[in-house]
Amino acid sequence: MSGELVQTLVDAVSVGGLYALTALGIGMIFGVMRLINFAHAQLIMAAGYAVLVFVGQSVILAIVGALAAAVVLALAIERAAFRPLRSADPAMLLIASFAVSFFLEKAMIMIVGSRPKGADFLPGLARQIELASIRLQLLQLVTIAVCLVLLVATTWFLKSTRLGLEMRAAAENFRMAEVLGIRANRVIAAAFAISAVLAGTVALLSVAQTGVVQPRMGLQLVIIAFVGTVIGGLGSLPGSALGGFLVGAVTILLQALLPPDLRVFREAFLFIAVAAVLVFRPQGLIPAPGLRERI
Amino acid sequence: MNDASAPALTVEASARPAAGSSVARLVPLLALVAVVLVIAGLAELAPTVVQRRITQGLINLVAVVGLYVFVGNSGVLSFGNVAFMAIGAYVSALLTMPATAKSVFLPDLPAWLASAEWPAIGGALAGGLAASLVAVVAGYPLMRLSGISASIATFAILVVSNVVLGNWTLVTGGQNSLMGLPIYVGVWAAAGWAVVAIAVAFVHQESRSGLLLRASREDEVAAAASGVHIVSHRLLAFVVSAFLSGIAGVLLAHFLGTVRVETFYLDLTFLIIAMLVIGGMRSLTGAVAGAVVIALLTELLRQAEVGVTIGGTLVAAPGGLGDAVLALLMLLMILFRPNGLAGGREIQWPLHRPQR
Repeated sequence: MSGELVQTLVDAVSVGGLYALTALGIGMIFGVMRLINFAHAQLIMAAGYAVLVFVGQSVILAIVGALAAAVVLALAIERAAFRPLRSADPAMLLIASFAVSFFLEKAMIMIVGSRPKGADFLPGLARQIELASIRLQLLQLVTIAVCLVLLVATTWFLKSTRLGLEMRAAAENFRMAEVLGIRANRVIAAAFAISAVLAGTVALLSVAQTGVVQPRMGLQLVIIAFVGTVIGGLGSLPGSALGGFLVGAVTILLQALLPPDLRVFREAFLFIAVAAVLVFRPQGLIPAPGLRERI
Repeated sequence: MNDASAPALTVEASARPAAGSSVARLVPLLALVAVVLVIAGLAELAPTVVQRRITQGLINLVAVVGLYVFVGNSGVLSFGNVAFMAIGAYVSALLTMPATAKSVFLPDLPAWLASAEWPAIGGALAGGLAASLVAVVAGYPLMRLSGISASIATFAILVVSNVVLGNWTLVTGGQNSLMGLPIYVGVWAAAGWAVVAIAVAFVHQESRSGLLLRASREDEVAAAASGVHIVSHRLLAFVVSAFLSGIAGVLLAHFLGTVRVETFYLDLTFLIIAMLVIGGMRSLTGAVAGAVVIALLTELLRQAEVGVTIGGTLVAAPGGLGDAVLALLMLLMILFRPNGLAGGREIQWPLHRPQR
């Protein structure tokens, strides 16, 4: 295999991993409360700004601060905006999260301005390393490793802990789970916290990659990850991760494989492929059990 | 038209005045048209700056009504309508711009397009129809999805249009603005199209297809079980909605005289959705009310951002306040009055008491 091909594949897998984490975070919340959380973008943004604040002191503090900022914000919006709407229908929840997302973004622009700010986070990761005569960026390997660890950890959590079991039960049939004694507030708060940790990780990786923080960061990522959750199968966690991975990886592959003058249209090609998938599988690649409306 | 095959309709139908009073049935249409005409008439008396704001408000009204035709009747939120506005704007711009202007901004256009100098109305209709055509093609795979997936998937339309229009330099000029469009949209052109949009939306929602779609909005499972082919009614509403959104884009382009691809993205999407949600997305009255109320509110907040001079010092709200307030208002509306200002009802004759 030529070095260039390996580089492209590593690139595709690392970007795909980032989208998979984002889509998984979104899928987690959708699973327990049928909410498409636009504000996931602002969780990423909050974590990004926490990095900016703490990176001068220490890397550990920046990482902890970023994850903490995302978790605190996630729990706050759950409490303030989404808990009162828990019985609302998904369309209303979608609009609510759209409003929350825009409010947080505009409020942030009001406070810090809309200009991007440079954040020198883990610059050492950007350097190239040589592996068997193939040059790779260390950060990409770190990204792939972190994504794998988090995917495995999330799977372990859902399969092997009591809270994870409760969460899966709630995702399958929320009312039944509640009737059987699962505490809704605890399960939903846990889902938001996990989703926020995933968002925080995505923020850390993307700040290390780009070196900038801005109020709009995360938005494009989240919109594309949304589409990933839809082709993966809305409501199915493996489906979300797979769909997210596919949209991310295919974007990079299109970038590499398309003729140069068509590269700028790569999202258009991506979404045409998505539409083609949806014509044949409207329920997504891995349909969620029990998503159909019950009577 | 009491359709026995759609039980969810009978509730709505019985809330209407008894059969025979067809004039009473038209009250919402007539009242909303009157509102638009009064606004346009008042604009005549206002200074030019205010006239421009009112024109802008009426264009937004067309966009909100366009969004309402799909979202209000189907209950499925669409993030794609601003893409239809963009398509309308670009198609009309390309067809109506003077050939000399096109040779400056778009030197490599195909000859037939480079020499096209259509009349304004032709360009506008072509813009609306082009948006409808895209809606047919994009809507076919999307409308088969369940409601919430369909909403998310409409984002794909927005992103694709942004990418294509922003990079198809040969035809759209890419990230550069197109300038030198004929500026023909004033208060009365905008008001005229607003009346057309309201009439189209009203006829659609009173039609058989519109009523069946509203039945599916109330209860998707029951409507499908009663033999309503939801996909085709959604698609029809989507296409009508795209046409009106396309027209709104045409109006915006020929009001500003320039077209830029970045105008037609998330911020405009948010504004139009916020207007519909705050006004109330379940009735045409709500759509119109949202456009009017938010236009007034935005104007006040704009003044706050410019600031007022008190005793020699300028007191101004921070930039971006308007958008933050709008988002907060939208959230509060969802929390405390989910059916918006209009509460899901149409405007009625003041003395008329619906029999329930």
